[in-house]
Amino acid sequence: MEQIVSKFKETHPNIDVKVELTPNKQYWSKMETAAAGDQLPDVFWMNGPRIVKFAANGQLLPISDQIKADKVDMSNYPEALVKLYTVNGKNYGIPKDYDTIGLWYNKKMFDEAGVKYPDESWDWNALLDAAKKLTNPAKGVWGIAAALDSQGVYYNMIPQNGGYVISDDKKTSGYDKPEAIEALKFWTDLITVYKVSPTQAQMTDTEPMQLFTSGKVAMYFDGSWDAIEYSKNEYTKDKVNVAVWPQGKKRAAVIHGLANVIAAKTKHPKEAWEFVKFLGSKEAADIQAKTGTVIPAYKGTESAWVNSMPNFNLKAFIDMVAYSVPYPVSKDTSKWTTVETEQFTKAWSGQIKIEDAAKEVAKQMNGFLAQEQ
Amino acid sequence: MDKRRYRYDKNELFWAYLMIAPTMLGLALFYVWPVLQTFFYTFTKWGAFNNYQLTGFDNYKHLLTDQNLLKAFRNTFLFIALSVPISIFLSIVVAVLLNQKVRGLSVYRTIYYLPVVTMPAAIAMVWKWLYNADYGLINYLLSLVHIRGPQWLTDPRIAMYSVIVVAIWSSIGSNMIIFLSGLQGISSTYYEAASIDGASPLRKFWMITLPLLTPTVFFVAVVSLIGGFQVFDLIFMMVVGSSAGTATTPAIDTTQTVVYLFYRYAFMLNNKGYAATVAMVLFVIILAVTYVQMKLQKNGFTTNRRLVGWLLALMAPGAGRRHYSFTSF
Repeated sequence: MEQIVSKFKETHPNIDVKVELTPNKQYWSKMETAAAGDQLPDVFWMNGPRIVKFAANGQLLPISDQIKADKVDMSNYPEALVKLYTVNGKNYGIPKDYDTIGLWYNKKMFDEAGVKYPDESWDWNALLDAAKKLTNPAKGVWGIAAALDSQGVYYNMIPQNGGYVISDDKKTSGYDKPEAIEALKFWTDLITVYKVSPTQAQMTDTEPMQLFTSGKVAMYFDGSWDAIEYSKNEYTKDKVNVAVWPQGKKRAAVIHGLANVIAAKTKHPKEAWEFVKFLGSKEAADIQAKTGTVIPAYKGTESAWVNSMPNFNLKAFIDMVAYSVPYPVSKDTSKWTTVETEQFTKAWSGQIKIEDAAKEVAKQMNGFLAQEQ
Repeated sequence: MDKRRYRYDKNELFWAYLMIAPTMLGLALFYVWPVLQTFFYTFTKWGAFNNYQLTGFDNYKHLLTDQNLLKAFRNTFLFIALSVPISIFLSIVVAVLLNQKVRGLSVYRTIYYLPVVTMPAAIAMVWKWLYNADYGLINYLLSLVHIRGPQWLTDPRIAMYSVIVVAIWSSIGSNMIIFLSGLQGISSTYYEAASIDGASPLRKFWMITLPLLTPTVFFVAVVSLIGGFQVFDLIFMMVVGSSAGTATTPAIDTTQTVVYLFYRYAFMLNNKGYAATVAMVLFVIILAVTYVQMKLQKNGFTTNRRLVGWLLALMAPGAGRRHYSFTSF
């Protein structure tokens, strides 16, 4: 970040930029408090679940006009991400980075079970077949961790099955549609019917990622942000690799990423825009890519990130951008995601049927969405 | 009553008020004012960025149909009904044993007190590992004698009891110290007289120790009860605890307590007005229960103690249990 700022100052000597870093855990409570008190910084990072809340409540400066005037080419960024930061037809942010979810697998466990590694040709059935072969109750190992994970799992599977989580107009939930229920059922069946995954109780006791990094489960869906974690872990660094999401009825993958936004009440709208524009430039993205932590959003700059960990097939994460779908959000995302998690917990652990859970979520979610209008 | 009490001159009063001013101001600012604010918020509905609108009694009406609230109260009562009496009983036993002249007394006292000075979050973490159904120490030891241990923290039928065990374990230390101070306040002349009369140690315990310890037992009971109503950290860390921030444990229905529910409404669902209403209900219940306790306690109790008790009840919704053991000494 400091490097990017000093580069910016070279070309804009009259604009002073003060960088303030906030630990991830405090970031959102700090920003929400700042927003309530009209104390937001001129430029700051925004995420998907909160963009509509901030934009629709007049906290952010729409930048569509500036984009047009300065001819910033938005096709340089993943389309689904640009869409995520477009509220009521107006752009509010320029994407900074992104992440997608891949199928991480343990090569050693695949070799031992004599199963072919996952690749582009895989569909859901191939996934299920492999999971069955990789499960060995006697040894206490499972083929897959069927984690209760929205972004990691069913935000991908529901669109793969032709369904949706939230409608484009953000008015209705897609959880009561047969496509969504079918996708969710495929996943929970891995636990309750085929028993190729640890139970929800077991995955509460021991996090799925921990089970994967200790060789107890062979397949685990996890985001590009954890690649650096796997490359540092002694056990996983030369035993695991990653592939694209197996396809359902069609290919789809959820994409999420941060964007740089401008506070509506900024005293320096012009300067803030200059800075946001620079942060979205190829120059800034190149600097960011070299650090290896996140995938820069600017098209063509991903290769530095892909090459930063040659052990892994990181290209898979980039390939999925072509058919990516936006992260489902609404004005008050956390309301329905809380209900979603609570209901699905009961279904994942077999206390209620997934059909009933999904319909209940849809019912409550539709209620919340109606209040948002 | 001593007449001198009413003859303080103005100068003395001024200094007296000045001396207690910092505490009173702190109390007013950090306890009384938030209580009043909370009461006001029960009539509001919150939107994004802390703006709210008045909605009258809507929140109170919603209370009547809230299934989760019923469950939460049931769980909280179960927690209190088991943890408070058992903890008091064990604490008295430990205190009496550690009130003897035995070798290594301070070592034992330190060991029993250790859980109190440990962070609750750290305690919860360690117990979570011990309780882990697949790889935890407890089930490993059980497997050595060919018993398949249960899923301590994720089985809905068992999870609450597992938490209660930890709650008792971690509360014995602080209760023990209070009982020890109570025991040492009992004059040894009673015991000498009883010895001369030929009373057995057990009889001495029943006839002297316990009756003279009742004010202390009462105090500990009030404090533990209030603490029990407010239980949150152990549940949140041990049972709910997941990186997702939302509960993904199958045992949530049988372990969610009232304060957890408050947290869920306030910070997960951003429904701060209704959350305030839940907190208010809890406040009223604690107040009522404490009042009943006061009435039940008829003997061996001074006005002074009663005042302390009322203050405790007043402060109930704002503070954690540890504060009380602090202010009361």
